[in-house]
Amino acid sequence: MSHIKFKLNPEQLEELKSVCKSFRNEKSELINVLHKAQGIFGYLPAEVQEVIAKELNTSVAQVYGVVTFYSFFSMLPKGQHPISICMGTACYVRGGEKVLDEFKRILNLQVGETTPDGKFSLGCLRCVGACGLAPVVMVGEKVYGRVAPDGVREILKDYE
Amino acid sequence: MHLLVCGGTGCRASESDAILENLQSTLAENNLDGEVQVVKTGCFGFCEKGPIVKVMPDNTFYTQVKPEDAKEIVAEHVIKGRKVNRLLYLDPENKEHVADSKHMGFYKKQIRIALRNCGFINPENIDEYISRDGYEALAKCITNMKPQEVIDEIKASGLRGRGGAGFPTGLKWEIASKNAADQKYVVCNADEGDPGAFMDRSVLEGDPHSVIEAMAICGYCMGATKGLVYIRAEYPLAIERLKIAIDQSREYGLLGEDILGTGFAFDLELRYGAGAFVCGEETALIHSMEGLRGEPTVKPPFPAEKGYLGKPSNVNNVETFANIPVIINKGAKWFASLGTEKSKGTKVFALAGKINNVGLIEVPMGTTLREIIFEIGGGIKDGKKFKAVQTGGPSGGCLTEKHLDTPIDYDNLIASGSMMGSGGMIVMDEDDCMVSIAKYYLDFTVEESCGKCTPCRVGNKRLYEILDKITQGNGTMEDIDKLRNLSNVIRDTSLCGLGQTSPNPVLSTLDNFYDEYLAHIKDHKCPAGQCKALMQYVINQEACVGCTACARVCPVNAISGERKKPHTIDTAICIKCGACYEKCKFDAIFIN
Repeated sequence: MSHIKFKLNPEQLEELKSVCKSFRNEKSELINVLHKAQGIFGYLPAEVQEVIAKELNTSVAQVYGVVTFYSFFSMLPKGQHPISICMGTACYVRGGEKVLDEFKRILNLQVGETTPDGKFSLGCLRCVGACGLAPVVMVGEKVYGRVAPDGVREILKDYE
Repeated sequence: MHLLVCGGTGCRASESDAILENLQSTLAENNLDGEVQVVKTGCFGFCEKGPIVKVMPDNTFYTQVKPEDAKEIVAEHVIKGRKVNRLLYLDPENKEHVADSKHMGFYKKQIRIALRNCGFINPENIDEYISRDGYEALAKCITNMKPQEVIDEIKASGLRGRGGAGFPTGLKWEIASKNAADQKYVVCNADEGDPGAFMDRSVLEGDPHSVIEAMAICGYCMGATKGLVYIRAEYPLAIERLKIAIDQSREYGLLGEDILGTGFAFDLELRYGAGAFVCGEETALIHSMEGLRGEPTVKPPFPAEKGYLGKPSNVNNVETFANIPVIINKGAKWFASLGTEKSKGTKVFALAGKINNVGLIEVPMGTTLREIIFEIGGGIKDGKKFKAVQTGGPSGGCLTEKHLDTPIDYDNLIASGSMMGSGGMIVMDEDDCMVSIAKYYLDFTVEESCGKCTPCRVGNKRLYEILDKITQGNGTMEDIDKLRNLSNVIRDTSLCGLGQTSPNPVLSTLDNFYDEYLAHIKDHKCPAGQCKALMQYVINQEACVGCTACARVCPVNAISGERKKPHTIDTAICIKCGACYEKCKFDAIFIN
């Protein structure tokens, strides 16, 4: 994460502070605050965590501990079109891993990485609950069902 | 007339929203929008055949509907009263169209209690819930019954926690009610983390009021005025519908101060999970709600004594709550008449994997796996052979052919080396390698272990490494003993349910598929052909006609040969992706 420089501008700082305030600057609301903050910035860089720690009157270590504990929170920015491959059991037994391998190969990415142009990022998720459509791939909010490895290029074409 | 369109996650992913819009616009074009109502409902359960559109009152069940079919449904069914045959379910046995879901194999054996309203009502309209006896149970409890009477009724019903462990719900409520405090909390665990299980999500998306009503009843019983729903942030639709439902209940005076003029006060708040499987454990869940890392703590003290913010709290799962209003309305006796001796009522299962009818089902306890997989589930996909069914997710075990006729309940599943868990049921066929499946689950556990206690944090990692070594073809017989010993240590010494059950997939596959482990270790073969390190793709020179399909699909150009002459695969280049194997129409490629 060190290669990514992030600096809050004054408006962003104010927005973040008002988020904390909307939860009464209450320590026990940390997870709710982080959800909102990630909604604003797309991810949770160290600078954002420092502000939250100060506003909620807790330590940066505490905030960092929570951010890194939960898989929903990310300290890395996602691509413009985040790709998530479902690795739930139903998708796994119906070939989800092969689909993941194909995305890795075509985009030349590992899980958790973003393409150099910032367009696609690759991730896994655990069960979106659409097991009837297994294996499932999500790009942004769109769900693609019954994806086969040779359908991967077709999906990527939608975003060219 | 009503047109019910499934608004569950699976069907929405197949454009059910567009179907709904097209139905509405076509009705409007025909000036029928006043007479025919289009309703977006929760999940019908039959996800395999989605998106589903159901026409009421004649109960016609249309499957795999596309947005462009809306015009035909309106023109034929609504206006002319003729069913659109091509959209009806085709019975796989007698190849006849079935219009009414009651007569489909998938629904015949189901009894729906927790899912009673899913697919029947618009979850975003409280009036529809009320019209199906909604909030009657709450009214009955707070106006006519003492808290202890309600608890006694739940105890008599024999309801056990549907989240996995199966603790008697009435007893849990009673303990929480007896601990005096200035503030108590009712907590609903909606952090469904089990991969391949989606029953809680469907209840919340399809019938959120049943959970709200039950939580209020629980609050009345234990003397709590606050309820908290801990819900996965990954379930945006469920969150949205729950928020709408809470607002409507407040508006109707069914939540808030002085409910129904009785002086009883109860209100609800949402708390969001952030993707941690361990938060299904109740102490971890409570810490997460307090804004901390979701790490479990030693019990006792149980949440019933010291829970959220140190106050007595009662944690139940979504499906458990969804059963409560029905028990109050129909009586404990009726509920207890369903199921087996020690497990009463019904259970919702998420049926998925290599099965024909993927979906959400609810059957009485005591139904056999054979009935579920072969009658309701319609058997194994593509005519393959049944191999195993994994119940209880990463905490459960793999059951085999010999368990097919065991009546399913909490105790029988544990006796067979698995567990109920939240009700995920993943069916596997002959192409699944059981060592890889065990490895898959351990990979999950390693990632999801919170790291607090050593047996779980380190032990599971070592289990994973040994399994990985075996799938790479480097395993030894000593590794089998290590797997067993380590599994037992992890099970006996871990702090919480996650670690205590995480070795189950290893132990159950060792018990039931020992030969497969031996094949990997001794013969360096993967009988299912899944372990890449142990296989080679080879072209049968006699069967290959030289169509070049395999060479064209190969991503790394490992296949060479002239047109109309047998091809060969260069095993040094081959990445074993299997694309050629799937492409070949002449069965000329085989796995060695």
